[in-house]
Amino acid sequence: MSRLQTILIVFAALCAGSTMFLGLTAEGYGISTVPLLQAFTGAVLLLAAICYGWSYLFMFNRLVAGALVGGVSLFGAYGLIQTVGEVAPGPGFWAATLAAWALGWLCVEILASIETRNNVLNFLLRLLIPVAFGAWLLIIWELCTRGFNVPQVLLPSPSAIGDRFTQSTATLWVDFKQTFLKAVLIGYALGCGSGFLVALLIDRSPFLKRGLLPIGNLVSALPIVGVAPIMVMWFGFDWPSKAAVVVIMTFFPMLVNTVSGLAASTAIQGDLMKTYAAGYWQMLFKMRLPEALPFIFNALKINSTLALIGAIVAEFFGTPIIGMGFRISTEVGRMNVDMVWAEIAVAAIAGSLFYGLITLLERLCTFWHPSYRN
Amino acid sequence: MLSGVPYETRMHTTATPQDSTSVIRTNNLSLTFETNDGPVHALANIDLEVGAGDFVSFIGPSGCGKTTLLRVIADLEQPTDGSITVNGVTPEEARLTRAYGYVFQAAALYPWRTIARNVALPLEIMGLSRRERNERVRRNLELVNLAGFEKKYPWALSGGMQQRASIARALAVEPDLLLMDEPFGALDEIVRDHLNEQLLKLWEKTKKTVVFVTHSIPEAVFLSTHIVVMSPRPGRIFDVIESDLPRDRTLDIRETPEFLAIAHRVREGLREGHSYEDTV
Repeated sequence: MSRLQTILIVFAALCAGSTMFLGLTAEGYGISTVPLLQAFTGAVLLLAAICYGWSYLFMFNRLVAGALVGGVSLFGAYGLIQTVGEVAPGPGFWAATLAAWALGWLCVEILASIETRNNVLNFLLRLLIPVAFGAWLLIIWELCTRGFNVPQVLLPSPSAIGDRFTQSTATLWVDFKQTFLKAVLIGYALGCGSGFLVALLIDRSPFLKRGLLPIGNLVSALPIVGVAPIMVMWFGFDWPSKAAVVVIMTFFPMLVNTVSGLAASTAIQGDLMKTYAAGYWQMLFKMRLPEALPFIFNALKINSTLALIGAIVAEFFGTPIIGMGFRISTEVGRMNVDMVWAEIAVAAIAGSLFYGLITLLERLCTFWHPSYRN
Repeated sequence: MLSGVPYETRMHTTATPQDSTSVIRTNNLSLTFETNDGPVHALANIDLEVGAGDFVSFIGPSGCGKTTLLRVIADLEQPTDGSITVNGVTPEEARLTRAYGYVFQAAALYPWRTIARNVALPLEIMGLSRRERNERVRRNLELVNLAGFEKKYPWALSGGMQQRASIARALAVEPDLLLMDEPFGALDEIVRDHLNEQLLKLWEKTKKTVVFVTHSIPEAVFLSTHIVVMSPRPGRIFDVIESDLPRDRTLDIRETPEFLAIAHRVREGLREGHSYEDTV
């Protein structure tokens, strides 16, 4: 066991042990009133004892050790969440929380130290660390909001958000369709596409370069809260006005990135094409565009998050009665903060998947770039 | 004393054999770059004639204009004075008819293309059919001993192999004239020796005209039928040495007195052209 792992297991054992002396609830009831947590405490102490006397378990089969520690950790989290609704938590409860959290960390530490040539296992282990991190963030969020009785309007618990999410899937889907599938995707395609085409034009003509680049710069500096109402007046309440805002936000990043990407080819490559008597379009498609791809994908990634923000904020300035931004602004007014969080969850999931998809595409198209070669 | 050729017999001006099959002919060619520090005379009064089937090396210190001269032949630079013909026409016309293959100092292979597709690149631009392209790629990769590496990416290959692939790419155009700008300059001496030998065999087999820029005396003497010694400020031809070594040479020839005599003459020429002075 490494030093950090030893510290974590000792810390977990100390916390678990202290629950026997500290009051589990605010009223001073002991841990014996909750069999689930009693079992958890016993399991932690047993685990610590195993580590102390039998530490080669950790040396030889880390997978088993990790699973064991993780299992006890999750069992503790389950017991804590079950308990928090029934009693007002006291010092013993929080000590048990710390013990479970320390075990969660220890689990990740053990699994991260595994070195394997098995690709599938490697992939799963790499995936596990962010998943475990996210899971424990949610568990602590749940325990704190319910344990400290945080008002719903300030911060609802993840379980309340989850309940709202599953109850309102129909509404969420309609909003998602309106905002993401229409405004974001169409605006994104138009903004990125026009940025790319204008970059090609600018590249051909020094006159346009001096004229258009500053205007593009100016457009990108326009505040979205000023532009959005104007777009509503121009293009109406429905999604086209939101798509227009997205176009304005995504145009410039694509423009500048493509312009610098087209300038990325080296002189020797250009000379080479010249010796083949290659024309402008051949040079563009066979040399300059492939060379510009890493730059273009950079813009696509930046724009994927910008587009979602732009479309949601634009809906604050007039929209039909659907859309993610519309829902957020009205539900905040009605103090239904759990619905706001459900919309935020949809935006986060959609945004991450969108970004991930573009990253995947980037890997496929620019596998040759030094940053991706293997 | 290694000197085998008396000083008086050297040609201080260019060899101008009245050969009707000359591939490159320059007349009083000059190129001056205008810079902020005043004009730089990269080339001054170059008279040169390269015959068909010759292997001509330009040798000299950096700044003597050897690469610039090669680039003028390739229409990558424009002369400011004098005239030049390549295959009897202007360099631009020669370039547009793809009269030459050019090998650069760096391999300059495209990392997103496999070796085979890199070699096929000029052929795609020429608009050849897929069958013709595949056939030429296969033949030329075989010629440079790279058969079996078609599907590899350039970054998975060593520097020597990359440079060989770039030679195959230049050969695939099937030009009669090959222009090579220090193609082996970035490689270690062992690889360079090996590639020199291969290049010589290739030249014998294909009967091409080769113009080769180098700053290595043994390389120039080993490869060439004519060695053009150049000197800097302004970039000019100081001497043209015609080699009497047999055409089929092996690396062993570098130990013979004949070889050493020519190498000595080249070195003497470089010294007299002030190439060894501490002013560079």
